[in-house]
This record gives sequence, structure tokens and C-alpha cells, in this order.
Amino acid sequence: MTWSGWIQLAIYVLLLVAITKPLGIYLLHVLDPELEGETFLDPALGWLERLIYRLLGVNPKREQDWKQYGIAMLIFSLVTAAMTYAILRLQNRLPLNPQKMVAVVNHLAFNTAASFTTNTNWQSYGGENTMSYLSQMAGLASHNFFSAAVGIAVAAAVIRGIARSRASTIGNFWRDLVRLHLYLLLPICIVYSLFLVSQGMIQNFKPYTTVNAIDQSGATASQPIQQSIAQGPVASQVAIKMLGTNGGGFFNANASHPFENPTPLSNFIQILSIFAIPSALTYYLGRMVKNPGHGWTVWTAMFLLFIAGVMVAWPAEAAGNPRFAQLGVDPAAGNMEGKEVRFGIFNSALFATITTDASCGAVNSMHDSFTPLGGLVPLFNIQTGEVIFGGVGAGMYGMIIFVILAIFIAGLMVGRTPEYLGKKIEGFDVKCAVLAILAPGLCILGFAAWASLSGWGLAGLNNNGPHGFSEILYAYTSGAGNNGSAFAGLNTNTAQYNTTLALDMLLGRFFMIVPLLALGGHLAAKKIVPQGVGSFPVAGVTFTLLLIGTVVVVGALTFLPALAMGPIVEHFIMRGGGILY
Amino acid sequence: MSAKARPLFDPEIVMPSIVEAFKKLNPIHMVRNPVMFVTEVGAAVTTLDLCFTKDSIAFVAQISLWLWFTVLFANFAEAMAEGRGKAQADALRKGRTKAVGRKIMPDGSIKTVPAESLRKGDLFVVSANELIAADGEIIEGAASVNESAITGESAPVIREAGGDRSAVTGGTTVLSDTIRVRVTANPGESFMDRMIELIEGAKRQKTPNEIALSILLSALTIIFITVCITMMPFAIFTRSYLSDADYNKVSLAFSVTVLVALLVCLIPTTIGGLLSAIGIAGIDRMVQHNVLAMSGKAVEAAGDVDVLLLDKTGTITLGNRAATQFIPAPGVSEEELADAAQLSSLADETPEGRSIVVLAKEKYGIRGREIHELRHAEFVAFTAQTRMSGLNMNGEMIRKGAAESVRQFVSANGATFPVEIDKTVETISRSGGTPLVVARKTKVLGVIYLKDIVKTGLPDRFQRFRAMGIKTVMITGDNPLTAAAIAKEAGVDDFLAQAKPEDKLALLKKEQAAGHLVAMTGDGTNDAPALAQADVGVAMNTGTQAAKEAGNMVDLDSNPTKLIEVVEIGKQLLMTRGALTTFSVANDVAKYFAIIPAMLMGAFPQVGPLNIMKLGTPHSAILSAVIFNAVIIILLIPLALKGVKFRPASAVAILRRNLLIYGVGGIIAPFPGIKLIDLLIFNLLHLPGTGMH
Repeated sequence: MTWSGWIQLAIYVLLLVAITKPLGIYLLHVLDPELEGETFLDPALGWLERLIYRLLGVNPKREQDWKQYGIAMLIFSLVTAAMTYAILRLQNRLPLNPQKMVAVVNHLAFNTAASFTTNTNWQSYGGENTMSYLSQMAGLASHNFFSAAVGIAVAAAVIRGIARSRASTIGNFWRDLVRLHLYLLLPICIVYSLFLVSQGMIQNFKPYTTVNAIDQSGATASQPIQQSIAQGPVASQVAIKMLGTNGGGFFNANASHPFENPTPLSNFIQILSIFAIPSALTYYLGRMVKNPGHGWTVWTAMFLLFIAGVMVAWPAEAAGNPRFAQLGVDPAAGNMEGKEVRFGIFNSALFATITTDASCGAVNSMHDSFTPLGGLVPLFNIQTGEVIFGGVGAGMYGMIIFVILAIFIAGLMVGRTPEYLGKKIEGFDVKCAVLAILAPGLCILGFAAWASLSGWGLAGLNNNGPHGFSEILYAYTSGAGNNGSAFAGLNTNTAQYNTTLALDMLLGRFFMIVPLLALGGHLAAKKIVPQGVGSFPVAGVTFTLLLIGTVVVVGALTFLPALAMGPIVEHFIMRGGGILY
Repeated sequence: MSAKARPLFDPEIVMPSIVEAFKKLNPIHMVRNPVMFVTEVGAAVTTLDLCFTKDSIAFVAQISLWLWFTVLFANFAEAMAEGRGKAQADALRKGRTKAVGRKIMPDGSIKTVPAESLRKGDLFVVSANELIAADGEIIEGAASVNESAITGESAPVIREAGGDRSAVTGGTTVLSDTIRVRVTANPGESFMDRMIELIEGAKRQKTPNEIALSILLSALTIIFITVCITMMPFAIFTRSYLSDADYNKVSLAFSVTVLVALLVCLIPTTIGGLLSAIGIAGIDRMVQHNVLAMSGKAVEAAGDVDVLLLDKTGTITLGNRAATQFIPAPGVSEEELADAAQLSSLADETPEGRSIVVLAKEKYGIRGREIHELRHAEFVAFTAQTRMSGLNMNGEMIRKGAAESVRQFVSANGATFPVEIDKTVETISRSGGTPLVVARKTKVLGVIYLKDIVKTGLPDRFQRFRAMGIKTVMITGDNPLTAAAIAKEAGVDDFLAQAKPEDKLALLKKEQAAGHLVAMTGDGTNDAPALAQADVGVAMNTGTQAAKEAGNMVDLDSNPTKLIEVVEIGKQLLMTRGALTTFSVANDVAKYFAIIPAMLMGAFPQVGPLNIMKLGTPHSAILSAVIFNAVIIILLIPLALKGVKFRPASAVAILRRNLLIYGVGGIIAPFPGIKLIDLLIFNLLHLPGTGMH
């Protein structure tokens, strides 16, 4: 708990607040030009946008109802996933493969295609020893854009549903997709990549460089100790990896690798870019529903949950493991296991909190090596449903479920049929909301239970004891939550783990999106009851606290028993001085 | 209809409810309520586990027993709510003696037949002291009828052919005169039949909001079933690292019985067990206010209403105008005017006339003189031609009437009409009142100020409604000037003046188009379309059959002001449902703190600090949570039946208050509750098992 940590946190928060509104307004221009006017880039890139529509054969002016929107989204995801699968399977015959990487095996290719399509970016492989440059760029980085745009598009569609009155449509998927790429993701990423290069991040197609290691002790003159330094088009991939909350590292070491995160500034900008779009989407929500206070209320709830996470993880890591002292380690250094010395305790704890609040999953330290409580924070962050800012779009639509649940449970207490911004929450809406919330919970617990019982599940373990269980739980949590980070002590590159995790990711993503689109479509058709003092307040302190309470209680009630068997027991064993497993 | 409130735990209702609670254990009945069905299955599973358990039999038996109690308590709550309705319905049935009707045969002859044989369209005749055999419409004659059988009000009401007072209800008694009636409802479909059916809740269907809530509760149940089932594999996982001795402790602590106990504690049994009771109680509360809601949906809609359309006459104002002030002409004393005004009104039997006599007495102490005392007086009645009334006594002609009539009267007697009086008349008219000018032969004495009397307490209530975001609109046939003045005095938000019946419907549709939910009252046949269109249409029991058919509620007291209570009851119903849902979910937090440490304690004694309640033993901890979970249902039955306290305030204020009580309170309350039960169990029963601290 250092002063520099507090100062960095303060600067981080200030900048986050500062970019929320301008970026939110920009999102309005990108997504709803009819309402708020076009972006400043429209005049320059309009021809390209129209050309893409013509090539795709879509009429951007024709709006879709929720089913058409959902089908378009599913077809797009399926086709692009198949494309990635094909590239990975065929990479040995395709260009841009200076390291002569072999074809990716089927279950890993399936897992990876599912992983990148769902914005999870779970990696059962190490990038630098598995993927060709073409696979990295065309197979994976492309999905970093696609899946991010799909997430934002779905959030926008659901929000349109909330904002519209007696409407049958919620936007045009293709148009949202194209405009998000052209006007939001690509322009920012071009500038962002250049910035990262300026920090020392690499961007090339070179084969790996072999150099003599600095430490030559034990080497002979004829055989110096050599080191292979991986190369590649890193900066272009890292920009969208962070901005699109994808998190899939170019290298196995992800953002702790010097080429993937060269400086403190690159570290700071990376974590800021994780929250940028999710934060701006809350402003987009407020403006779209003509209740900016509601947008800020949702933002505040997310923000307070984020800060709470930092305030658990940071002290836990700073306090370290009491048993270190017996080993002669200075407890004042905190828990530095698995952390980059360059980043230290605070930046590692902050990065871990942010990357799991948002469903990013990039890591600059190894979550597996965190103290039990420090590791509980990332785990629980994902289990809350990835709604603490959350993935781009996914956090927003995930939070909308909690908004609906909070309104439905507590809304009755004002003596009216629960209503959200003047729209009555009825049976169908509740059905959609609970379906969306059931999917990740059931997947996480179900798959984790399966793996805990089976031989293949136990075979992947490198750690014994409750920590081993935490690793399994974390893997399926990360998958269903579409986060992608890992308690990396678990070897998941097996047919069973790869397949179950792929299913976990797909179910966690699409079984949430489809009910949500249905909810959006259903809300769009409703009339808006005029708001008055008798209406349920969705802005202000009371609702902020209610929303936080709902998120925490639903998450805790679902996962507390499982967490008790993992990090919680581990924490008490660490403190209580019992047997170490 | 008994309007008297029963004591909550009336033994007459409690005893049969206990029996009913056992009958309701039938799984076919239980399956309609998923939460309680799961609880029942859980109870059955633990009962079976008695044969297989490796744990202490006493412990499993007690868990099993309390799980059965949980189901029974929920059933009891439902039976109590139904029982209260049944008791009222039985009271109604008892009042129905075997009625006979004197049917008018096609040939005109009259034949006495059993009431059940009367069909729609038949004619019958009924005279004084006879029971009306069936619902119908008077086609000939007028009668005073005692309707206390349905309204509880013993004062007779007048029913007559034609107009809006022509409906009679089967089961009521004619007190005087003879009427001919056309039957409007077949046996079994009469008003009384429907009323009994409604009160009994025999045809109760889940309301839209109940359905939505059930979906949420089912989803929570599915989550918790998953949570509890997956705990088994998670426990088996510990075999990969625990010693055999420790693993045995885990497998004992994660037994079927314990997991079922955890499941039942987590699923929302509190709201699941009380949900139907809350709904039945809502209709029941309406009945206690002498309002019959045709469906639970209507009660719910009442809570959602945000615009009230209120007829001026009878709802906002007392039916008649009353004298409130005497304003004398220059040179005339108030007493002199009051005296003349009283004299002129002695024979005036209209409510206005009587109010003048009353005012003269109350304000100026002028004794009410009996008419026979004024032997020489000759009373002049109001006629459409003169538009004045008064008396001639000792050669003096005293008259009161509209300004124009009195002007002609004094002019005819050769006097002039004072300018000051003109001004006063104009002022009163402008302020919404009615001026009556009093004159003695040629001398204009002054003006009587008649005005609409706003019912007491209304401005205050409308103010409270405004605070809750409910708009009140007054509908009146008066001119805009008068309407504005009364609207202001009553404190309504808006008014519709010079309204014709079709204007009412138009206004209603306009408000609905703007997204509002509208409630209104009505009694006439011309109100029927609007009553049908309104989200909540309360028909007056005195009204026509058409009006009663069109509305979704009937007010047996025919008191239009009751619309306000109707809205309050609707809100209270929804609030109660929300409060108990929140409470039920919030309770789970504490139960985790009781049960999870108890399960882990054996193999992982280090988790001791998690046992923040310092519960005695793992067994006593789990049992305490289960008992708390069961007992809370019984403790909350009064709340479910009476409803949460209703206080008009803005949504923000209500939400904050209820969140504090039922949300935060729901998190905190179980901690001391479970601790208390644990203290009792631990010290009284001495359950086996090692201590937890």
C-alpha cells in the first residue's frame, strides 16, 4: 500500500472519468447517427462504408427485429469461427510462417476458435511456439476486432430496445458491425499501436532471433548458452487486445512480456484502454434512454465494485504470505511470486483487478501465484458476471440483466408493477433475464464439478489441495465469463479440457446474448409509461447501492460454496498454519 | 357481507387450516409452487436418508422433521388466507335461505317456483317482505330494498324501473311496495354466486406479476439446486489431497441430508411459501373494504394506477350544495337576513333549503320554528315559472331565488335591485358558488352563499397522492369557472368541465394513450364503456347491471371516494410481495455463514473464524438455520395477510425505507435469530458432535 500506488490509482480514476463522456458521445455518433449526427470520420470514410455494404449485399437502412439481429450475429460468429479454425488447422501450408509452426491440433483449434470468437481469448497454447504470424493476425487478431464489435453491437441493440417505444426493430447488425470497425475500433487502434511502438513494442514479420544469453556461466567456448527471442507483429495485436477487452496474448507471458508491455506508461495506457469502451457505454446508455443520471448511476455501481476489488487484492498482495517469513523472505516486500519486478505489487494487483472486472483476461502477473484472497478477487470479479465495466458491450448488457433483476426484486416495494425507465417488467422479460444469468452460473459449476470428478480433470493439475480446485474453478469461470485469464497452474491443453472449455465459452457467450436480444426486442415493443415521482428511481444513491447489492448477492449466493472449497479454505489454512497440501 | 375485521388468528379459521395444511401436502397440489415442491421433495429425501445415513439419526430426523414443518407452515399460510375468504363466503351462503320466486307466466298468470328455476329473461313479481329470487332489472314499479345481505348496510335503498337505479340483486329483501323484475342472470351466475366464488378464491388464477415472480423464484431454485448438487463433486475432489480420516469427515459433513438442508435454506421458501397467501389476502382486504375485485389482476392494476378520474358529485363533493354564508345588503343586519332566509326555507325540503335552516341556527342561533307555529303563514313552493320559493305571512312576502327571478319580483313590486347585491352575486358565481337572493316584498335583504362542500380530508389525501405520483382529475358538468374553483378547493390536479358522458371516455383514452393507467368509478349505464376501458373500473353497487358488468370491481358501499383505498390496497399488495421477496433473498447470506463453516469445520478446523455467530456444533448450526427458515414463515404470516404498512410518499422514499427494513434488515435479522435458536438447541438438546469453537 504505497503512496505511488495511491497516486497512480487517483490518476487512473480521473482519466477514466474524463474519457467516459467524450467517448460515450462518440459512440452515439458511431452507432446512432440518425439521432446524434455522424462522426467526424464519416465524410472521409463514407465511401468505404458504402462499398462494404455493397460487397456484403446488405441494406444498412433496413432495421432488424431481435430475431433477425440475433441470427445475423450468430451467422457472422459461426462463419468467422470456422474461418479461424481453418486457418489454424492449415497454418503449416499458409504463408507468414517463418518459424514453420505445425498445424494446430483439432481440439486446440476448436478451443481457440471458440475462445477468440467469444471474446474470451482463453489460451491453451503459448503463442510464440504454436501460432504462425498469419494465424496470429488473420486467425486471432481479426477476432479481437470482430468479437469486440459484436459485443458492442449487442449492447447497443439492447439499449435501443430499452430506449425505443412501440418499436419492432433494434437496429441493423451489419451496419453496427461495419460502423464500429470503421469509425471506432480501427482508427483508435492505428493510433494506439503507433503509441505502443513508440514505447518499444515490436511490430515485424522476422523469424525469431537467436542471441547469446547475457549470463554465460557454465557455457563452453564451442557451445555458448543461447536464447531464442520471439518476434512478430505484436503492437497491432496488443492495441485491439486491450481496447476490445480480448486479452489473448501474442506471447505466452502476455502483458508481463517486455515486448508486449515495455514501459510503465504502456502498462498504464493498457489498463486504461481496457475500461475505456465499457465505461463509455454507460454514458451511451444514459443518453440513449434520455436519463444521463441512470448512465452515471450504473457507472458508479461498476466503479465502486471495481474499487472494492482493488481494496481487497492490493492489501492482500502487499501483506503477502505470513509463511514467507519462515523462509527468510522479507514480508515487507509483499507477495512478489509470479509478479514482474518492473510492475511491483500495486500495478500487478490493479491490473489483475481490472482485467477480470472487464472480461479482458490479459495479465501482467500470474494470478495463480496470488495470495488466496488476492486470487479470490479476480475469480469473484468474473463470477459476478463480468459486469464491473465488463467486456466491451458484454459488461453493459450483463449489467442490464442485473438492473432488471434489481428492479424486479426491489421494484415491487414501491407499490407498482416493476418498471424500468417506464417499461413494465413482465414475465417474458424476467424469463430472458434469468436465462441470461443462469447460463454462466450453471456452466461454471457444472463443468467444474465434472472436471473435479474425472480423471482427465485431475490429470491437468500441477498443484494439490484447495489451490488445485481453485485452478479448475478459475478455468471454467474464466471460460463462461469470457474472460480468458487463467490460474495457470492447470494444464488444459488436452482434448477434454479444450472441448469442455470451448463449450463453456460458447454457452457463456451466446446463451447470454440471445435471451438479451429477446429482452431488448421485447422491451422495444412496449409503450413507455410517463415517469413521475411514483416511478421506480433508476438514478441516484439508492439505486446505486441496490444495484451493487444485487450483483454481489447474486454472485455470492451462487458461488460462495464453491469459493469456500477453494480460495477461502486456502486462506484460512495459510493464516491458521495447518498442513499445506 | 360481514365488514367487521376478524382477528388474525381466529380459532375458527386456524383449526381447519391446520387440517388443510396436511391435505395440501399432496404433490399434485404442491407442484404448482416449484419452490415448495422442491422443499417437499427435500423433506422426503431426508426422511429416506434416515435409513442410509452414517450421521446421527437424531440429527437427520430433526432436519427431516423441520423440513416437513417448512412445507406445512407454507401450506398453513395459504390455508389461512383461503380460510378467511371461505369464512366470509360461508357467512354469505348461510344468509341465503331457500328462496322462491313468483314467476309471471307467458299467459300473465303468476306461479310460485323455486328460485333456481328462474332463467335469464323470465319475469317475476316481488312484494314487501319477500326475498328477491334472482338478479334482475325492475321493469315496473319502485320499492325500497334492504341490501344488507351484500353491503352490510342496513339502511334501505330505493330501486325503481328505468334509469340507473333499476338493478336488484338476488338474496336481498324488498321492504315496501311491489315490483316486477326481469331476470338478468341464470342460477349460478348471479352476483351473489360470483361474489362467493371470488371470496373463496375457488377460481383464483396467478396474476401476471405473480407469474413473473414465480419465474424468478424458479430460476433461483434452479441455481441453488445446482449449487448444492455440485458441492458433492467438489467435496469428492478433496479426496485427491486429504488424509482418509479427514476425507471421511468431509464426506460425513457433505451428506445428502446436509446438502438438502442447505438447499431448502437457500431457495426462497419464505416468499415461495407466502406468495399465494399474499395474493389471496389482497383480494380479502378489498372485501373488508366492501369492494369486490373481479380478479387478482385488477387488484394489482390498482397499484399501478397513476391517474384517477373522479366524478365531482358524490366523490369529491358531498352530493348537494349547502349554505355557508349570509351576505346582507347595505343597511340590513346579518341577523335580519338570516331570519328571513330561514323563514323562506322552512317549508323547503330540498337539501339546500335544509342547509339554510341549519346555518341560520348554527351561526345566528335562530331557533328552528315549526311550521305549525306559523299558523298564518302561507308557503310558496318553488315552481319552474317563478323560480323562487318562500312564504307569505302577515302580509309580508318573503322570497328567495336566483338573482334574475328576485330582480323581477322586486321590480314588479316597484323597487330597484341594489347594485351591491349584483356585485355580490357575481363574486359568488365566479368563485364557484351559487347565490340565492332573499327579498322581503320590495326590499332586497341580501344573498345566501350556497356552495359545494368538499368532503373532509380530501385535499390532504390528494396531496399524498401527488407525492406518490398519482394525478387526480375531477370530472364535472359544471361550467369551467365553478369547476376551477372546486378543483382548487379540493386540491385535484386537473379538471374536465362541462363534461358529457362521452367526454369522460375520450379523456380516459387520451390518458391511456399517453401511457397512463387510469382508474375511475361509475354507476350509470352510460358509464359502462368507460368502466370497461379503464384499467381499474369500480362500479357502484347501486348502479346498473351494465355498469357492474363493465367494471372490474364493485363497491358494495357505493362510495366513490373509496377508489383511493382501492389504489392503496393494490399498492400494499405489490409492496408486500416485493418486501418478502427481498427479505427472503437477503436472508440467505446469514444462512451461508451458519451452514458453510459447519460443513468445513471437521476437515478444516482453521475456518473457525468464519463461524462468526459462534454457533455450538456443526449439527446445531445447520439445524438452527433450518428451524429459522421454517419459523420465519409462521412469523411472517401476519405481515403477508395484513400487508406491509403503507405510507404515501415518493417512490424514492418508499424504496429507501423498504430496502432498509426488508433488504438490510433481511441480511441482519437471521444472525441473531439463528444464534438464538442455536443457543436453545445447543443447551437444551445437547446434540452430538464436536464443538465449533
